[in-house]
Amino acid sequence: MNLSLLIIIIYLLLVLGLGFWANLLLKKTGEDYFVASRTIGPFLLLMSLFGTNMTTFAILGSSGEAYHEGIGVFGLMASISALVMPCIFFFVGTRVWALGKRFGYLTQVQYFRERWGSDRLGLLLFAVLIALLVPYLLIGVMAGGIIIQNLTGGPAEGLPQWIGSVGISGVVLGYVFLGGLRGTAWANAFQTLVFMTLGALAFFAVVNDLGGLRTAMGAVAEKFPHLLHRAGDGDAHPGMSPWLFLSYTFTPLSVGMFPHMFMHWLTARRMETFRTTLVFYPFCIAAVWLPSVLLGVIATADPAIPFLEGARSNSVLILLISNHASPLLAGLLGAGVLAAAMSSLDSQFLSAGTMFTHDIVIHYKFHDRLDEKTQVRLGRAFVSLIVVITLLLSFFTERSIFNLAVWSFAGFAGLFPVIVAALFWKRSTRYGALSSVLTVAIFWTYLFLQGWETRGYTVGGTGIMPVAVLVLASAVGMIVGSLLSSPPSDATLKKFFPGGKPSAAEVKT
Amino acid sequence: MKKTLSYVGLIVLYFLHQDFWFWNDGTLVFGVLPVGLVYHLGFCVAASLLLLSLIRNAWPDHLQVREEGEDSKE
Repeated sequence: MNLSLLIIIIYLLLVLGLGFWANLLLKKTGEDYFVASRTIGPFLLLMSLFGTNMTTFAILGSSGEAYHEGIGVFGLMASISALVMPCIFFFVGTRVWALGKRFGYLTQVQYFRERWGSDRLGLLLFAVLIALLVPYLLIGVMAGGIIIQNLTGGPAEGLPQWIGSVGISGVVLGYVFLGGLRGTAWANAFQTLVFMTLGALAFFAVVNDLGGLRTAMGAVAEKFPHLLHRAGDGDAHPGMSPWLFLSYTFTPLSVGMFPHMFMHWLTARRMETFRTTLVFYPFCIAAVWLPSVLLGVIATADPAIPFLEGARSNSVLILLISNHASPLLAGLLGAGVLAAAMSSLDSQFLSAGTMFTHDIVIHYKFHDRLDEKTQVRLGRAFVSLIVVITLLLSFFTERSIFNLAVWSFAGFAGLFPVIVAALFWKRSTRYGALSSVLTVAIFWTYLFLQGWETRGYTVGGTGIMPVAVLVLASAVGMIVGSLLSSPPSDATLKKFFPGGKPSAAEVKT
Repeated sequence: MKKTLSYVGLIVLYFLHQDFWFWNDGTLVFGVLPVGLVYHLGFCVAASLLLLSLIRNAWPDHLQVREEGEDSKE
């Protein structure tokens, strides 16, 4: 058997073992299964939030995009995320944690439903969040197939992509079902350490084989100097426009509405637990994105790598590793990239199952007729169904991981005004929230149909990313819808803004 | 005052992300890293320092206090 494949199989079994171990320690209560009894400490919170958020988008997607667009990709996604994401944890995450602790929330829909007293809003949000989660899941599932195929001989001789996709989906489902959020948090922490360590190792191994960083970057400067800045060099490489760069800054807002991030925030033992994450998150982002972007750029000047067009550039990192590292190291590094894929898929699977169990089965009283075991089985069946749909889509999708992720993030970012209004705007109403969510659903679908086939699509060719339009339209929807409807009741305001009843003037403005 | 300064720092940092002054500059710093990349690495460090400042000067203690108050009633 191929040594790389053997290492990956051993790694997958190891991760599955973690799920079994977590299962042995599980307290067998819903609170423990879904939010680890809200007892996660600072280090585990940092690792699980970071591991969940850093998908293969950050490794395969970023290197594939840097292969075409150059070093600007780091500023486009990584450095702005290093600022915006921890700020969202600071302003939104801590407040969500406090609400979860007070009212026992497990999902976003539970909170929004109570905050604005609307069942319809809850159902709509459930459908929109699950629909947006599918392209995000697709990234991880596709990456599993790409990694295993390339490490076993490439598209011509290696294992078909679907085997890798099915394999990692099965393993992740296994440890999520066994260990719940505690198992997921452990697996995330373990896998985050694995992909950060092995990522650094991959970088040094590849760069060393290419004669050192100075030589590798010198080769890029000679052959493709336009990849070292953002201005491009004419029609063949138009570069990044300042408008594109600016409008991309809206993308990390998506983290405020990811269902899996919401669940991870709730796991913190205390509010102070967030502090370590806030300070170290920017460094973690830089540590993962820098080698990925540099390797993507360096690959352009590597004669051993053929020109990779479109979605084929997703494989550039794996090709570099296969060409410049021993099979043993290639297997370990492949396991590291798989770790990144799985550490996101697990939380996404768990959040989808939790939402279905709590927002549909329990909320609509199906649980009166079902015992607890059947409820859990139903939740698992729902997650399995979502995974099957994602797998089917992955067999027919030929898209760049970067582009897929950007569309998914755009939708979640478009919903960001909903959480901001819920937490900070007393005058916001259910009609404002409904209008905001519907605006995102309609605009996202329209823009997606317009731009899905076009690489680097911007709204009307203006250079502005769809995400900026979605966030602004959603905010307008929230404001107009709220101001045109009656203010929320005093009881609602007292419950969610208990720092004293707001004055009439405050409520009206 | 410190709280306000931290918030102003956040806004300033957001605008500093748009480094148009390095847009067309592919100079390799020490012959290794493009200057635009080095700038954004520095930006990540600045982001971490800003978060440290927010923790020290604008930590939402009122949420925690209220939480503890409620616990004690139970």
